[in-house]
Amino acid sequence: MDSVWNFIVSVLELGNFAIIKVLIILSIILVMVAYLVYFERKISAWAQNRLGPNRVGWKGVLQPFADLLKLLLKEDIVPDKSDKKIHAIAPMIALFVALSTYAVIPFGPSLQLFDYNISLVVADVNIGILFVLALTSIGVYAITLAGWSSGSKYSLLGGIRSSAQMISYEVSMGFSVGGVLLLAESLRPVAIVQAQSGWMWNAILQPIGFITFVVSAFAETNRLPFDLPEAEPELVGGFHTEYSSMKFAGFFLAEYANMIIASAIIVTLYLGGWQIPYIEKLGLSAVVVTILQVGAFLLKLFALLFFFIWVRWSLPRFRYDQLMNLGWKVMFPLSLINIIWVAALIMIFNL
Amino acid sequence: MQEKPVKRRNKDLSFWEKLYIPEIVKGLSLTLRTMFKPKFTMEYPEVKFEPTGSYRGRPVLVQEENGVERCVACGLCSRVCPALAIEVQAAETELEKERYPEKFEINMIRCIFCGFCEEVCPEEAIVMSKDYELAFSNREEAIFGKNKLLMPVNQLQDRIDFLRQYK
Repeated sequence: MDSVWNFIVSVLELGNFAIIKVLIILSIILVMVAYLVYFERKISAWAQNRLGPNRVGWKGVLQPFADLLKLLLKEDIVPDKSDKKIHAIAPMIALFVALSTYAVIPFGPSLQLFDYNISLVVADVNIGILFVLALTSIGVYAITLAGWSSGSKYSLLGGIRSSAQMISYEVSMGFSVGGVLLLAESLRPVAIVQAQSGWMWNAILQPIGFITFVVSAFAETNRLPFDLPEAEPELVGGFHTEYSSMKFAGFFLAEYANMIIASAIIVTLYLGGWQIPYIEKLGLSAVVVTILQVGAFLLKLFALLFFFIWVRWSLPRFRYDQLMNLGWKVMFPLSLINIIWVAALIMIFNL
Repeated sequence: MQEKPVKRRNKDLSFWEKLYIPEIVKGLSLTLRTMFKPKFTMEYPEVKFEPTGSYRGRPVLVQEENGVERCVACGLCSRVCPALAIEVQAAETELEKERYPEKFEINMIRCIFCGFCEEVCPEEAIVMSKDYELAFSNREEAIFGKNKLLMPVNQLQDRIDFLRQYK
């Protein structure tokens, strides 16, 4: 009995309780996605002088579960002309990318609990940011393959637009991250957060980089004003025109999970991660500080998610040439200027 | 000859508009303000819309306090109805009005709520009520006979006052 117990504990201890953290984060993300959809509908309704879903449960709080049940019970239609295997794999790639990126995002400092030193990040790897950039690039494959394998011209156009858009915006995204890396002198997300102690948030030190990164993040997550791959009026839903039932739900889930990831990365890179400025001067106990800091991280995350939804219901969609103009002629030079600005900061103030 | 001044077209954006950001902030502030405005939605099955006297709901027959309908079965409403929705069959009665409708049917699938029947009625016997909840599960159900059409006069006072003032 004792040996079994020891074995279980040793498995759980693997990689600093990685299994437990993965399970917790996965369930939190799935619940957050469900409620993100709910709040998307609510906020869109409020912005348009409506009430929004309010029939299922108190004020409609059970609406996401009703939606999910509906999607699960729908018939799964696969078009005759589609490439069946790739058609099935595409939503899985989207989900895989959306859920695995979260592994490197730190949501709190390390926690002292029962003689264990638990760091509140699944994988504290020293190439964290590179990992994120690599995975988000794989995310493009999900959309492009979905569009290509559907055997429909609308889907194909959506998929191609998506890949073109991602390539243009990934460049400025990478260069804006460059500014952050110069200041933090590390690719480790935890180190980047620690480098932003006090009010040394990257959003304040390099506002241009912050703006270019946020705009690129909008483009990467295919949210309005850059949701050209789906563009309902012209492409009838774009890459997911030919998807139904659970495969469609996969894309749906991935889109919202991507929004959470993008917000979490923005918080980590530019808004000081879990840090609350000057909290150490209040003289609170370590556990309380940790809880407050995790709370601060979530608060920043929710504020950004609200911003994502708010922008979607305020701005019109860009035309395709405007999108490319903005990407290559505005965002790209701006992110280069940002790198020079950061280099100058480092030279002058020896940061 | 004087040259016409060049008209600036609306699509030419000014410098600030080309920067996008001030315009984006404008749009965002507008939607944020709208979010906190009071909503006017009536949550229908719980809260019902109470129309005023000018509302033209389903046409009904006025029933006096003694339980007799005002209608004298002259057939004018049936004659004027543009949708041919009304069917009247007259019969004699011992009462002062001498004639009464033996059968009075309105097909609510055909009715277009124009109010001509009410306008043409010499006895103020058919008026438009405030009832707007009309849903049927089959066609037979939609033909309203006298049992469904009769409505006590005190429930129709708003409409009758409106008619006396404006008709």
